[in-house]
Amino acid sequence: MELNRRKMLVLGTAGAAVTAFGALPAFASATEDAIAKFTGGADVGEGGVELTAPEIAENGNTVPIEVSAPGAVAISVFADGNPTPAVATFKFGPLAASQFAATRIRLAGTQDVIAVAEMQDGSFKKASANIKVTIGGCGG
Amino acid sequence: MAEGVKPRVKVPKTASAGETITIKTLISHQMESGQRKDDDGNTIPRSIINRFVVDFNGENVIDVKMEPAISTNPFFEFEATVPETGDFKFTWYDDDGSVYEETQTVTVG
Repeated sequence: MELNRRKMLVLGTAGAAVTAFGALPAFASATEDAIAKFTGGADVGEGGVELTAPEIAENGNTVPIEVSAPGAVAISVFADGNPTPAVATFKFGPLAASQFAATRIRLAGTQDVIAVAEMQDGSFKKASANIKVTIGGCGG
Repeated sequence: MAEGVKPRVKVPKTASAGETITIKTLISHQMESGQRKDDDGNTIPRSIINRFVVDFNGENVIDVKMEPAISTNPFFEFEATVPETGDFKFTWYDDDGSVYEETQTVTVG
């Protein structure tokens, strides 16, 4: 193939476009931002948090989930495929017998749900679960 | 906006001192997420309950901040310690400024 000036220009533009897209924040970054807002940018470790959710949710309008993190002061739940990733934040008071809560959430589609717990010592732990959603729950 | 809001809570009537009890709550509320559109393509404005607080004799049990991703008729289940006879006070805060309250007495015998 003969590389003339026009072809070089086209190639160059395409290359630049690819680079620009690569530099754009990834799709999940809204979730990362939301998590960073909760943790204040601290490192988030694994373990110590349990997130119970169904593997397959037929109806994304009500997906039952349970979070549990012994010794946590707060647990925040995020859904990375929703238009707004934040789901709920549970703060446990002195009379909470355990750091456990169950609720029902909306999921727009198949995605990861992430639970981030703030421990008493100020560290953060997370757990995530992939939930397959048959019918989305955001009223498309 | 929010009509027919009815809180329902399930709390045991009696407990022994220091016992852990499971509490289930549900409040009927449409929890409009602000993502849906009506037949004319206009976005239906968000109208949700954004906070749910449970106290026992003035001491906090759980404080939940809710976002639009919570389902219609928000349901919560959690565990509380009952140190003495007293009242559980449940409070839901609506986006429109309404506050829904419910009280349940637990007797320690």
